Amino acid sequence: MDHDLAKNIKIKIQIEDFDVSTETKILQYKKTGAIVNFIGVVRDHDERTSQLINSMTLEHYPGMTELEIEKIVLKSIQKWELTGVTVIHRIGKLLVSDQIVFVGVSSMHRQNAFDACNFIMDWLKTQAPFWKVEENDNQKKWVEFRQSDEDAIKKWKK
Amino acid sequence: MQIKYFSWIKEHIGKSEEEINLPHNVSTIEELMFYLENLNDKYKRAFEKKDLIKIAINKSYSSIDDKINNTDEIAFFPPVTGG
Repeated sequence: MDHDLAKNIKIKIQIEDFDVSTETKILQYKKTGAIVNFIGVVRDHDERTSQLINSMTLEHYPGMTELEIEKIVLKSIQKWELTGVTVIHRIGKLLVSDQIVFVGVSSMHRQNAFDACNFIMDWLKTQAPFWKVEENDNQKKWVEFRQSDEDAIKKWKK
Repeated sequence: MQIKYFSWIKEHIGKSEEEINLPHNVSTIEELMFYLENLNDKYKRAFEKKDLIKIAINKSYSSIDDKINNTDEIAFFPPVTGG
């Protein structure tokens, strides 16, 4: 691994919110020509039932989560020439429109950053041990996994 | 052996982790699941949908046939839903 790049990888699991512009600036190194950010946010409804929700709570498997995300990020830097990668995932109780996850990738040229960001998110969705429970006034419901997330990683296995 | 449970598996069992002594006749994940589900109805319910349950040994994805020993940390959880 490129020694400089190892220093430019940041993986954080946290309760606190993150600031997109601060994180974007961190990804901007001298060789960087492109930065692609993905931000996941809390929708106001359950996808299957269309029922409105007030909040969701995220739990994870401390230790394994970090290891799994690290594996994904390491694969991405082997696959594409990148200048920096940041993955921040929040846990705990989040309200509608709150930010959940930040994946930021910087590279010399845009295509690598687009592809690597997409790759990291697709794998994070199916590998990183997080679970969401959606809440409204009457009930709480564990979010079920989506087959489309499982299908999304197939394109990276070709 | 330490066993961790997450999401609805944790809720069905009523605890997030426990320490057990591996019985002599249990040497694989499959045998451990069989042992646990026969403890009581809570475990039985938690392990009902076996094909949905993901397994980790020492924080690494594993399969039902994998061997285990008393010093391992085992985790059982549903498919992940982060991001």
